[in-house]
Amino acid sequence: MADTPDEKPSPPSGAGGTPPPGPPPAPPRKEAAPDPLKAEVPSVALDRLRTAHAEALAEVTYHSRQVSVRIAPASLLSVLRFLRDDEACRFDLLIDLCGVDWVAPPERFEVNYHLYSIPRGHFLRLKARFGEGEAAPSATSIWSTADWFEREIFDLFGLTFAGHPDLRRILLPEDWRGHPLRKEYPLAGYPDQHLRLR
Amino acid sequence: MTTQAWIEILLIPLVKIAVVLGAVSLVVAYLTWLERKVLGFIQARLAPRRVGPSGLLQPIADGLKLLLKEDIIPAQADKLAFVLAPVVAIIPAFAAFAVIPFAGRSFQVLGFEIWPWITDLNIGILYVLSISSLGIYGIILGGWSSNSKYSLLGALRSSAQMISYEVPLGFSVIGILMLTGTASLPGIVDWQRAHGWWGFAVQPLGLFLFLVSAIAETNRVPFDLPEAESELVAGFHTEYSGMKFSFFFIAEYANMVVVSSMAVTMFFGGWLPPFPNWAGNWLNLGLDLVHPAIAGLFWFALKVFLLLFLYIWLRGTFPRYRYDQLMDLGWKWLIPLAIANVAITGVAAMLLAGPVA
Amino acid sequence: MLRTETLDINMGPQHPATHGVLRLVLSLDGERVVDLKPDIGYLHRGVEKLAEHEDYVQIEPLTDRLDYVAAMSENLGYVGAVEKLMGIEVPPRAQAVRVALAELQRVASHLVWLGTHGLDIGAMTIFFWCFREREQILDLFEGFCGARLTYNSLRIGGLQQDLPPGWVRKCRKFLEIYPARQDQYEELLSSNRIWIKRTKGVGVLSAAEAIDLGLTGPALRGSGVSFDLRKATPYTGYEKYAFEVPVGQAGDTYDRYLIRLEEMRQSISIVRQVLDSLPEGEVRGKVPKKIKPPKGEVFHMVEGPRGIQGFYLVSDGSERPYRCHFRAPSFVNLQALKKMCVGGMVADVVAIIGTLDIVLGDCDR
Repeated sequence: MADTPDEKPSPPSGAGGTPPPGPPPAPPRKEAAPDPLKAEVPSVALDRLRTAHAEALAEVTYHSRQVSVRIAPASLLSVLRFLRDDEACRFDLLIDLCGVDWVAPPERFEVNYHLYSIPRGHFLRLKARFGEGEAAPSATSIWSTADWFEREIFDLFGLTFAGHPDLRRILLPEDWRGHPLRKEYPLAGYPDQHLRLR
Repeated sequence: MTTQAWIEILLIPLVKIAVVLGAVSLVVAYLTWLERKVLGFIQARLAPRRVGPSGLLQPIADGLKLLLKEDIIPAQADKLAFVLAPVVAIIPAFAAFAVIPFAGRSFQVLGFEIWPWITDLNIGILYVLSISSLGIYGIILGGWSSNSKYSLLGALRSSAQMISYEVPLGFSVIGILMLTGTASLPGIVDWQRAHGWWGFAVQPLGLFLFLVSAIAETNRVPFDLPEAESELVAGFHTEYSGMKFSFFFIAEYANMVVVSSMAVTMFFGGWLPPFPNWAGNWLNLGLDLVHPAIAGLFWFALKVFLLLFLYIWLRGTFPRYRYDQLMDLGWKWLIPLAIANVAITGVAAMLLAGPVA
Repeated sequence: MLRTETLDINMGPQHPATHGVLRLVLSLDGERVVDLKPDIGYLHRGVEKLAEHEDYVQIEPLTDRLDYVAAMSENLGYVGAVEKLMGIEVPPRAQAVRVALAELQRVASHLVWLGTHGLDIGAMTIFFWCFREREQILDLFEGFCGARLTYNSLRIGGLQQDLPPGWVRKCRKFLEIYPARQDQYEELLSSNRIWIKRTKGVGVLSAAEAIDLGLTGPALRGSGVSFDLRKATPYTGYEKYAFEVPVGQAGDTYDRYLIRLEEMRQSISIVRQVLDSLPEGEVRGKVPKKIKPPKGEVFHMVEGPRGIQGFYLVSDGSERPYRCHFRAPSFVNLQALKKMCVGGMVADVVAIIGTLDIVLGDCDR
């Protein structure tokens, strides 16, 4: 949905003088549907997925000419492997693996795979949702680079990865309690975990 | 015994030792200043400038600082070995100066003839090589007694390196020994004066081998892996601070001066001025009019200074060798070359038995 | 038979050569590395959590402090991500200046790499020479935005302000003296036998291994994979300039060294092209007063000096991002350390850390 520009501030009570100026000029990408930001873009990978793994596709969204595909968790690994090995896709580089905490149960954690194909030159985002207490499948058997990414997600979100060779905290100390990137974790942390300097 | 004998046997050598120790200490201290200056120029910066004019009082300031630092001995360290190690490292470095000739003529003081060296051993070279090998004990003791893995690694590397390079060092000297027929250092310089050739002209390979081995012996770049800051923090002297650390430091620089003096004596004519036949004596710049020994001292000091400058220049230019490459170089290249040098020298000496006696 | 043990050594977090607070637990068998376990997180400041509580303009100074040696690239990637998220167009003059700044930043970052890499391997002199040139670049940055290291001077939609008068002239002067200086560096190191011995055959990675490990940047190109985002998915106007991307063959430290040297030369050439063709115009596009991107997500990548810097923004329509994730090249490249070091000598560990060119601020965020 296109966002409205900021509304003009209400004038302070009792202030006379000139009326406040009109709303600031609208950003160029405004107004009516279809929203150019949400425009569909062709994607070879998406077409291949629709052919080969149509049952795994849960949702497809577009934003800023990037395709995001949501995959059913059960077929996640086979889809990833397909994307890496299929001739038309050839996503050999896992650029990024990150998590998002959507809070609302039952599936609060979303894992995003950002894939790039060096030979074919295309980009794809894959998502999968997992709930509290569920274990996501580890992609380390497909790309070795997933190792530390998954450790970071485990460290900061608390989502475990089944099949990971060495799942332990990476950025925080081993004995840290809590998972900071969860939305309920306070920004300033918990006082009893603060460093005592005296 | 007569007073004269006592003076000749005891007092004069003691005075000489005191003078040499003092002079060498000063030279070593100012060698650190020189190194910082030269490195600074190579690295496009101005090295010590504040302490004294152009930083000349910097070594004194450093010495004072190290003297006043807290004396830390690691809790689990072997105390006796820990304290003894720097001493064991520094004594051989200074003891090697006993045979090095600083000038060529004796001078008369109160009726006593004083030669400008502490003693003239007829096994001079052998003495220096053996004494400087003792310094390795200091390093091993220091590294082991610190009770730290880094120090141990550094000490082991260092000692293995020094032992390995002792061999080509010794071999490179044999060539000169064969040609001069004497192991006495003043004797070698005399041979060079008599034959009009300095050592490097008849033993170029020997000079090269000696210099490379010497750099490895003294743990200097490109062979300074034992104290490579970037890898083992500071190697065997990681845990040392204060005066004990400065002893190791002084020992290293004193070793540099010893080795440079040896190279100058054997290969560069010691106290001899260059081109005596062509330039006569005017290259001495009038110093020999004051006393012939002074001119000799001047030339000796100048040549040692140039070699030390070369040392520092190398430090500013080269990266350091990795340990296995270092050992490769020593065992697979330098030792065969050194042996070849001995063989070639021997054959050449036999063939040219006439002019080169 | 003699019983031997492996020696467990702790390298860091305070160590002269780990380029920041990195801890490596090495298991050594004599001089050989048997196992290596990196321990990171000493510089973790919770930037991603912080970003969720700040609005989009306030996040930019945070990005400066990620890869602080290449802060301009981080800024560029971040503002690019927000612009992509909102569909904002950047005027051509701002794009050109951004290219110039990013390339100058690349040179400055590679100078730090070269100086510290040489210093670790024992060549002290190159460190001082590199920083002499870097001072000039930092002076240029200071002239532009007042800061030498953490700039925060790119704005969503363009630049904070236009180039000050005299900046272009000063920059050209620097471009004139620089190539001769780089010749000096190459003369000192590239054909030095000891340097070659320390870097050839050290830390070898094949192309397949490198891609599998997710390496990007010069670390990947050293193994023969020609992948540079500036060519593959050009951003901020890179397609207008002619430059080459050096690619190595052997995948060892020497190749990566040569690649980065050549990249510095190419960057200088790009900056020259930018200055020669700098368009006139405004430096700020049409941007709403309050940055409130529509709901959606975007992943924007830029080619930083260390590799691909990625910025993943999820917006829920408010002034603060719902999720802001930074893909750090150092974090990913460091994973390769184990593979490159195990089986080699301990002295090579330092050389390999240098060749991967890690910045811990980027790695730990």
